[in-house]
Amino acid sequence: MNRQITKVAVVALILLASLMVATTYWQAYAAPDLADKQDNSIQRVAEFTVKRGNIYAADGRTVLAANKVDKAAGQTLYLRRYPSRGLAAHIVGYSTQVRSRAGLERSENDFLTGSNANLNTVVETTLDKLRGSTVEGNDVYTTIRPGAQRIALNALGGRCGAAVALEPRTGKVLVSVSSPTYDPNLIEENFAAASRARFGCQPLLNRVTAGLYAPGSIFKVVTGAAALDGGEFTPGSTFNDPGYCEEYGKRVENYDTSSPFGNVNLVEAMQYSINSVFCNIGKAIGGIKILQTARKFGFYSVPPLETPVNERSASGLYDKGRLFFPEDDTQVDPGRLAFGQERMLVTPLQMAMVSAAIANGGRVMKPYVVDRIVAPDGTIVVRQKPEELGEAVRPDHARSIAEMMERVVCCGTGTAGKLSVPTAGKTGTAETGVQGRNTTWFIAFAPVENPRVAVAVVLERQSGTGGTTAAPIARQIMQALIG
Amino acid sequence: MTLRNRELLNLVVVGVITSLGFASVYIARQEVVSTASLSYALFFFGLYVAAHVVARVTVPQADPYLLPLAGLLTAFGVTEIYRLNPDNAFRQGLWIVVGVAAFSATLILLRHDFRRLESYKYIFGVTAIGLLILPALPLIGQTVNGARLWVKLGPLQFQPGELAKIFLIVFLAGYLREKREVLAQGRLKDFGPLLAIWGAAMLVLVETNDLGSALLYFGIFLAMLYVATAKAWFVGAGLALFLAGATVVYHLVGRVESRVTIWLNPWTEEKVYCAQTGGMALRQDCDSYQLVKSLYSIGNGGFGGKGFGKGTFANSGGDPLIPYLNTDFIYSALAQEIGLVGVAALLLVFMLFCLRGFRIAMLAQDGFSKLLALGLTFGFALQTFIIVGGVLRVIPLTGITLPFVSYGGSSVVANFVLLAGLLLVSNRANATANLPMEARP
Repeated sequence: MNRQITKVAVVALILLASLMVATTYWQAYAAPDLADKQDNSIQRVAEFTVKRGNIYAADGRTVLAANKVDKAAGQTLYLRRYPSRGLAAHIVGYSTQVRSRAGLERSENDFLTGSNANLNTVVETTLDKLRGSTVEGNDVYTTIRPGAQRIALNALGGRCGAAVALEPRTGKVLVSVSSPTYDPNLIEENFAAASRARFGCQPLLNRVTAGLYAPGSIFKVVTGAAALDGGEFTPGSTFNDPGYCEEYGKRVENYDTSSPFGNVNLVEAMQYSINSVFCNIGKAIGGIKILQTARKFGFYSVPPLETPVNERSASGLYDKGRLFFPEDDTQVDPGRLAFGQERMLVTPLQMAMVSAAIANGGRVMKPYVVDRIVAPDGTIVVRQKPEELGEAVRPDHARSIAEMMERVVCCGTGTAGKLSVPTAGKTGTAETGVQGRNTTWFIAFAPVENPRVAVAVVLERQSGTGGTTAAPIARQIMQALIG
Repeated sequence: MTLRNRELLNLVVVGVITSLGFASVYIARQEVVSTASLSYALFFFGLYVAAHVVARVTVPQADPYLLPLAGLLTAFGVTEIYRLNPDNAFRQGLWIVVGVAAFSATLILLRHDFRRLESYKYIFGVTAIGLLILPALPLIGQTVNGARLWVKLGPLQFQPGELAKIFLIVFLAGYLREKREVLAQGRLKDFGPLLAIWGAAMLVLVETNDLGSALLYFGIFLAMLYVATAKAWFVGAGLALFLAGATVVYHLVGRVESRVTIWLNPWTEEKVYCAQTGGMALRQDCDSYQLVKSLYSIGNGGFGGKGFGKGTFANSGGDPLIPYLNTDFIYSALAQEIGLVGVAALLLVFMLFCLRGFRIAMLAQDGFSKLLALGLTFGFALQTFIIVGGVLRVIPLTGITLPFVSYGGSSVVANFVLLAGLLLVSNRANATANLPMEARP
């Protein structure tokens, strides 16, 4: 009988050993997949046992996100609170038990929970676990200037739109406001209230990075750069404006058709935002040339930023909801594209990058909103350094465009954006075909010599123009940042 | 060192480990746990020392590792139960007292010669069947979590199946010892008992709605039949019959079918019909809720675990995230808190316990003892496999207890009786063999 007993014993041990294999499978191999499951409530609650790091504004004092300790059923949970409420909600995002996460709370989760894969921190967290002490996350310091951010938020006053300010030399995001904003504290308790549309606008959408708008005349900056870099035009090139431009046998009219400008040069065309001139430039150089220049400014790729990639959109021509780059010039209407109509859609961040690139001698800087990440012991885990993405336009041509934009503010359509220091800007009013539903824009930078701030402001559904609606907001933001 | 001193020494080690476990829960959960409850560890240690004293008197030559290994398993279980709900740990403690009493009673009653059980084999067989039928009776039968395995008599609630398992093993050991030569000839008319048992297992399956118990009884029967007759094809034929029967039942009993569906596809992308609510839902939110949540718990443990007392079992409102954590899913609770390293150690303890059991079966001199030890040990191993395998999605999930670890009175008492049985066989085997004690590992 002992031979049979041995065999039964072997079977029994194989059965038990298979349990060890299965446990290893679930705990080592399949664990990441399980953690990613939507209904994994254990994982979601477990992450709240970590003392998450705080998120600060650029001054290092204004707390954008912090913890509130919740003790229930013998476990200590660190739930989130947002003391600055809606101030920078779209950048900071939220971290909740029921709605998962958004914004930096989502994209910087590994750093905030201290689970970033760095040998040093892994050792630290393991030691913390062994000591039985709470695992502490790293603090995130953003580049957001709270004072200017507040001014921008108030200036937008709940209207649907966005404002973003960059530091041209570095790419730092100094202000990023999407309006209407929401209170991230409400996401967990009262999602319906937090997400309720105001003025017909969805507050959860980050309009700065994901709002796609027709650019209108602010796109003339890109067309201007393409025209100068192509070598066919100079700032002194002269045009005749009859009040319209003929394309495919049809008239494309100026914003104000009542008084044609007659003979003008390129500087004046920019200053008064004359559509017919840019229409003719577009016809001369072709749509693809313009779009190639746009691409150098960052169009056709999702602008880099630390927020989650699904909260950012690429700018460019859109055809049936999809990004579209024409294969030849017949697929795009160059005249209308030249002054920002056609199917061109842009994000405020992208247009701020255009403005900042002109201010920065044609060089596009990578925008960033996280300045540094600091471990609980005060050591700096990550420090962001300015990075150049490339040259969008030759430095001397950037200089020429800057001068044209300065004319816009001093004595053209954008006088409402004028500061005490020399300011450069460009207005935009994109018609949506419905009266009183224009998308109005203002992009600007200042001071013209040695620029310290570049902005883009957009407002939805306006009856006025970019010069009357958006430019005053841009002025307030720049004023706050230049001081 | 004598065998019993070795046992005591091992028990001291177990006592130290238990204290460490309780201390770690205490440190992690100071807010809800008082220092006085640290005395739990001492209390359990005391109980095992009492069991040891009884063993010292009644079975001095028995295997010195089984009792400490059982103690270690109980320590794992009680620490986790205590961490989940200190009140339950107190009740489990009372059941362990009853278990030790049953253990002592078994040892004292049968200390001279347990083999006289063999003459009462039919009484055991009939009692086992009776116990199995109890939960199906009206008034006293209870359905818990969909399976009809419980009996409720006044304030007392127990699962008679746990004890029936041991009675069945005693019956089979006696019956097969007597009929092994006849059965080994493989004549068709001798297959009566085999078919009868197969039929009984199927009946239990239908009656209790529980695939796990049926698999357990039938598995024990096949293992013992194989050892008694040395005919491997009996096992093959038996398994084929079981599978055939199970297939029929699968189509007849909706619950069995649903368990298999859950096992094969616990997650769905689309909403499917949910019988609990009558509406449509993702399967992971409905039928396979328990299994999926238990897998999340296991996955969350990872390699090193969260540490005793630091696992996540409730949300911020204190609502439980995993159902039946104390009983069916104690393994997933342990897996989250002590991690792969910890549960691998736990499984090794189960393996060691089984190895000692099989060794006893080999050392035993007569057929009845061999079959008894083998049946008890294999039953122990198979039960572990069925519940943990179910939790780990190796096989369809069924609600039976993890021996010595799960919360539950009947299970604790039955396993202490099982342990006493193994010690009795071991004592006799060692005593009759004229080898000096010290020569044995």
